[in-house]
Amino acid sequence: MEPATGLRLDFNHKLTLKEFPYIIRWREDRCKRCGQCTAVCPQGAIRPAVKYVRVIESGGDTPKPRPVRRIIHVIEQVNDIEHYCTGCAICSLVCPNNAIEPEYNPQNKFLFYKNRGGEGYKRGGRRNDPGVSTLDRLKFTRISMLTDPALDAGRHEFRVRSYIGRILPPEELPLKVEDGRLVVDKSSGKFIPPVREIFPIMIGSMSIGALSPTMWEGLAMGVAYLNEVEGIPVVMCSGEGGFPPRLLKSRYVKYFILQIASGYFGWDSIIHTLPYMTEDPAAIEIKYGQGAKPGDGGLLMAPKVIKLIAEIRGVPQFVDLPSPPTHQTKYSIEESVMKMIQSMSMAFGFRVPVYPKISGTRTAKAVLNNLARNPYAAALCIDGEDGGTGAAYNVSLDKMGHPIASNIRECYLDLVKQGKQNELPLIAAGGIGKKGNLAANAAALIMLGASAVAVGKYIMQATADCLGDEYNRCNICNTGKCPRGITTQDPKLYRRLDPDKVAERLVEVFKAADVELRKIFAPMGRSTELPIGMSDGLSIDDKAMAERLEISYAC
Amino acid sequence: MCRLAAITSSKYFSPMENILALETMKEGHDGSGLGLTLKDLGGEFKDLKKYPILSGICSRKGKEILDDYMKECGFKLMHEWTPKIKPVKGIIRRDYYFARVYDYPDDWKDKSDREKEDLLMNTRLTLRKMGEADESIFVFSFYPDIVTIKEVGDPLELAEFFGLDKDNLEAKIIFAQGRQNTNYQIYLYACHPFFIQGYCTMTNGENTAFVPIREFLMSRGFPGYVGYNSDSEVFCHILHYSVRQLGFPLTYYKDIITPLKWEEIQQRPDREALSLLKMSLRPLCIDGPNMVIGFTPDGTCFMVQDAKKLRPGVVGGVKGKYALMSELCGLDKVIPERDKSKDIYPMKYDMVIVSPGAKEVKVWNQLQV
Repeated sequence: MEPATGLRLDFNHKLTLKEFPYIIRWREDRCKRCGQCTAVCPQGAIRPAVKYVRVIESGGDTPKPRPVRRIIHVIEQVNDIEHYCTGCAICSLVCPNNAIEPEYNPQNKFLFYKNRGGEGYKRGGRRNDPGVSTLDRLKFTRISMLTDPALDAGRHEFRVRSYIGRILPPEELPLKVEDGRLVVDKSSGKFIPPVREIFPIMIGSMSIGALSPTMWEGLAMGVAYLNEVEGIPVVMCSGEGGFPPRLLKSRYVKYFILQIASGYFGWDSIIHTLPYMTEDPAAIEIKYGQGAKPGDGGLLMAPKVIKLIAEIRGVPQFVDLPSPPTHQTKYSIEESVMKMIQSMSMAFGFRVPVYPKISGTRTAKAVLNNLARNPYAAALCIDGEDGGTGAAYNVSLDKMGHPIASNIRECYLDLVKQGKQNELPLIAAGGIGKKGNLAANAAALIMLGASAVAVGKYIMQATADCLGDEYNRCNICNTGKCPRGITTQDPKLYRRLDPDKVAERLVEVFKAADVELRKIFAPMGRSTELPIGMSDGLSIDDKAMAERLEISYAC
Repeated sequence: MCRLAAITSSKYFSPMENILALETMKEGHDGSGLGLTLKDLGGEFKDLKKYPILSGICSRKGKEILDDYMKECGFKLMHEWTPKIKPVKGIIRRDYYFARVYDYPDDWKDKSDREKEDLLMNTRLTLRKMGEADESIFVFSFYPDIVTIKEVGDPLELAEFFGLDKDNLEAKIIFAQGRQNTNYQIYLYACHPFFIQGYCTMTNGENTAFVPIREFLMSRGFPGYVGYNSDSEVFCHILHYSVRQLGFPLTYYKDIITPLKWEEIQQRPDREALSLLKMSLRPLCIDGPNMVIGFTPDGTCFMVQDAKKLRPGVVGGVKGKYALMSELCGLDKVIPERDKSKDIYPMKYDMVIVSPGAKEVKVWNQLQV
């Protein structure tokens, strides 16, 4: 049937710009029509257009208004939901005349329209939650004053270090007394698990493949510099997806935690490189879940699987690489935890700590108790709901998951009940430094019971100016078109990122965090060991939260 | 800061010596309480060394409860010491102060020392629990050859109140502390010295790492690690845990509470064991500011400092009598005739150890190879 309207356009199914999360403010008077903004927009949300306009002009000796019809050049925002403006503001960055910028539209009805074709809306980044997180509400209130003078953060010796690896309880140490000295009883045949000393803030799992070559290179360089020059033992997790074999064979591998996830990408090459490794990796992380999208697997989409990535992962180029939400061959906690941990430990000669990473969940305690009984389990990493991701359904990102604060506290207190609080280190992740308070959030989690914290998104924000924020700004890690060049494999995009600058900023970030941690620990009177579980140092301005976290209430 | 006066001697002496030492150290202290622990007793306890002594305070009602309970357990009262109280203005007199010597229940007589120690501790804990809510019973120690006295008030006035200057109470090791816990609520159980199964400590300072240490000790599953009305009680329990429970030599107490840095550990011949200890006992590391004086069941006395040495402490004396004091004037008062040039002010790595019978004093250093 022919449209009844004939030549008239049907506007009924078009969206107005009012419905979009960002509306482009373009100033015609400032624009010199260079076209840079439209060329750079990763979403194709703006385009150059021509308009045929009728204007009233008056001129000549005896000015008389008259209508003139003219063709003009404009920048217009497309009102196609597939090409929505993410608000990344790259257009503003390239505009020579400040003629263009995206403006957040709080009245947007974006989610009403974005789920198209029966497929839920997917994005990268972090959940949209502009509220203040529990971590940011925690305050350090036990300040040493007169009965216990505060330490001097600038003058006293500080040791801001933690351990990763299972620590034998004192009762089980194979020790005997000889001539008034303790010696290790070698005849006992007792297994002493491997332990690493690390800086308590580690870089969370972001894979080679998810990150661009320049970003990953920058981080790796920064980590090596921190360890070898600054003497700050920062470790970084590889994420799933393997590791460049050349780096595996180098001595730098000791600064990296290799991750094995359900897709096992890259593990073939890691296992084959084992005999040629000169150093052990810092640890092995077995990923069972991710805080940003609990119960979801991972996905590296086809456009990102370029030659280098395909080689590392051992797959063909340009195919989607989904990791399932579970380890497909393992269907019980005994199998998943025990078999996986033991076999990975064995592969590395029982010299490398092996620990699982799970999403923050109310069932975390069940996993924890299983690990507590496994002498080879080296730690437990719990990733809270505020963690970031490369690609996930919006509904998973925004609505699924458990906040990290109460989850870590509950697990720590459970370990305390069993007397294993020092035996099995807890690593907290998800939303640390969400508002920029990296050291304060890390210290708060440590005082709630974490031995270390893992951060990813903060690192990207701080070292490479990631554009994502809690208002959905950018968050297009999943498209492979990261305008900053962080999560893309497109050379045109990742060349925007200078790895040296990333490395430099990374070093600055950790050195500053080190200073800030001292500034927090010194007035608490703690300097030689981390204040793990020093919950009397914390307060919160909410009674219910205080009760839940078993800390004091202060207002 | 607390006033601490510990004296160890080869001869019996009166607790008045400690109290006079506390008095000389009075300036700058609030003098809100007194705690005394006497070991290796003389006087009327001299011939009762084998038998456990229960020290405490009761109300009238508490005394009845205590009598009934001890009888029910099979403990036989052999001897009782009670101070001849002289009313002193400002000190509130409680009903009944006591140090009672008991004989073990019949079926416990042949048990091992360790089992007996557990029985005594558990009995003390049960009594404590029974009298804690209404404050009808306070029990401080229950152990052979140990007497503990505690009360709120100025030490010198309390000595007068208890009649310690006239009493023939004497011992070879006496620890005295001249202040109640002032960081928290004033409460008898918060008063130093703390005692558990032959191990005793008293402390100067505030323990900033109290909460994780308390959690670690309480999670060890040992029934005696309870109380903690003062953040200093953990020092006594760490001593007990490391020496009695884990069987480590005494010097490792210092290595546990103030662990060496990794590069320093490398200098020690026992570096392997020490590395394991550093990680395994990480929650017991203190950051001070603390000075700890303690004794072990064999009569060894010691003094240690936290790694920053933010609290004073001095050890000095002559062969046969040494004093471990929080301040020099206290030491001058007790042993003026000593060679002052040999006074020891322990620093961050040091542990001053006075051997049983006050025969010799030595400084053990953590960096000693």
